[in-house]
Amino acid sequence: MRFIGLLVGVGFLALPGHAAFAGEVSVAVAANFTKPAEEIGKAFTAMTGDTVVFSFGATGLLYAQISQAAPFEVFLSADNKRPAQAVADGLGVEGTVFTYAVGKVVLYSPSIDVTDGEGVLKAGAFQHIAIADPKTAPYGKAGLEVVGKLGLTDAITAKLVTGENISQTLQFVESGNSEIGFVALSQVTGKPATRVWTVPAEDYSPILQDAVLLKTGEDDPAAKAFMAFLKGPEATDIIRTFGYELAQ
Amino acid sequence: MLSLSEIAAPVALSLTLALVVTALLIVIATPIAWWLCRSKWAGKEAVAAIVALPLVLPPTVLGFYLLIALGPNGPGGAIASLWGSRTLAFSFEGLVFGSILYSLPFMVQPLRNAFEAMGDEPIEAAQTLGASGTQTFFRVAMPLARGGYMAGAVLSFAHTVGEFGVVLMIGGNIPGETKVLSIAIYDYVERGEWGRAHVLAAGMVVFAFVVVTAVMMIERRVGNR
Repeated sequence: MRFIGLLVGVGFLALPGHAAFAGEVSVAVAANFTKPAEEIGKAFTAMTGDTVVFSFGATGLLYAQISQAAPFEVFLSADNKRPAQAVADGLGVEGTVFTYAVGKVVLYSPSIDVTDGEGVLKAGAFQHIAIADPKTAPYGKAGLEVVGKLGLTDAITAKLVTGENISQTLQFVESGNSEIGFVALSQVTGKPATRVWTVPAEDYSPILQDAVLLKTGEDDPAAKAFMAFLKGPEATDIIRTFGYELAQ
Repeated sequence: MLSLSEIAAPVALSLTLALVVTALLIVIATPIAWWLCRSKWAGKEAVAAIVALPLVLPPTVLGFYLLIALGPNGPGGAIASLWGSRTLAFSFEGLVFGSILYSLPFMVQPLRNAFEAMGDEPIEAAQTLGASGTQTFFRVAMPLARGGYMAGAVLSFAHTVGEFGVVLMIGGNIPGETKVLSIAIYDYVERGEWGRAHVLAAGMVVFAFVVVTAVMMIERRVGNR
């Protein structure tokens, strides 16, 4: 009797589960796209059964790792420079680069009313303003451009606190150490309107976030399926709900 | 390549931070180490374990809780408000405070070992000869423990120069204020300026080598007597 039970149990184990035939895609994602990426990953898995393994981080650091043969198959950058560089450096597959989202930068403060964001910046009634490293994060660069356009560069520079990536920039603001900061709209969806000031698009160069298929994933059908899914209607709907725009 | 002015600021900042922290640690760790050595209280090893926590905790954990503690909702904010600031984070003072916590066991443990190694005899002899508690400590115990002081100072200094995780969490990367050497190297790597990162890192490797050699030589000469 027990023997039969054991046979049945082993039989269940031996049955090829759905997962046995499913693929796995390894995707490196810029920190600002964390929340939408997770949603897209879930939708992708629901549709195809393939699992997505995400690694979130600063674009610059992710690229450094990719250049040292990190096993990522797809790279979702925060800018359009890095994917182009990947192709030029022989790390990315030519012809696979496309803009998956256009970023929107916002001014966020949990304590100051920023409905009139320009006015708040001009008044300068804060000790610290957090920004992502402008040399590596396009959201940081955009923040500096906005400040420059308002003629406040000198006034603001003394109060600037630089986050290693856009997630850390948000941490500085959320923990109260910095009263205010420039972050990505997708990071603060759901916050009250008085806490978030959407910067007018004409005040900064567009943040074109490009994706590229890396050589590691060139022959992986799951990786190619993910890239195609990212362009599709389900993914673009998710991307829009998080406050990004799509490339025209 | 790297201009001198580019290197000068983070190097000077790291060295200044390490010197200040080491000096403060000598003052702070001495009573702790002395108490841990001499106390007969049953709970003293629990205190020793708490002091040793930064040895085991990932620096990012320490940095994370420091970020909260240094902020306007924590004790750091209260201290900072004495000079009109909202937070201790993003400042040299904040780094000093964080580094003291981070490097505390590196000063307390060598000191405690040195105090324990001298045994009770010198203390008892001094007291028999009529020395007061203060005299006994400063003129008998401290000189006898100088191996521990040297080892602790060198280790704390080096540990503070190498600090990264904690500074990354609470520093804010402000040039001339919180952008220390380890952060500068990390920045160069992230920007793809690897040549500069190599130069700075090579300097740190040489420095680390000198430190380790110094500690070993000191321990040989002064430690085992």
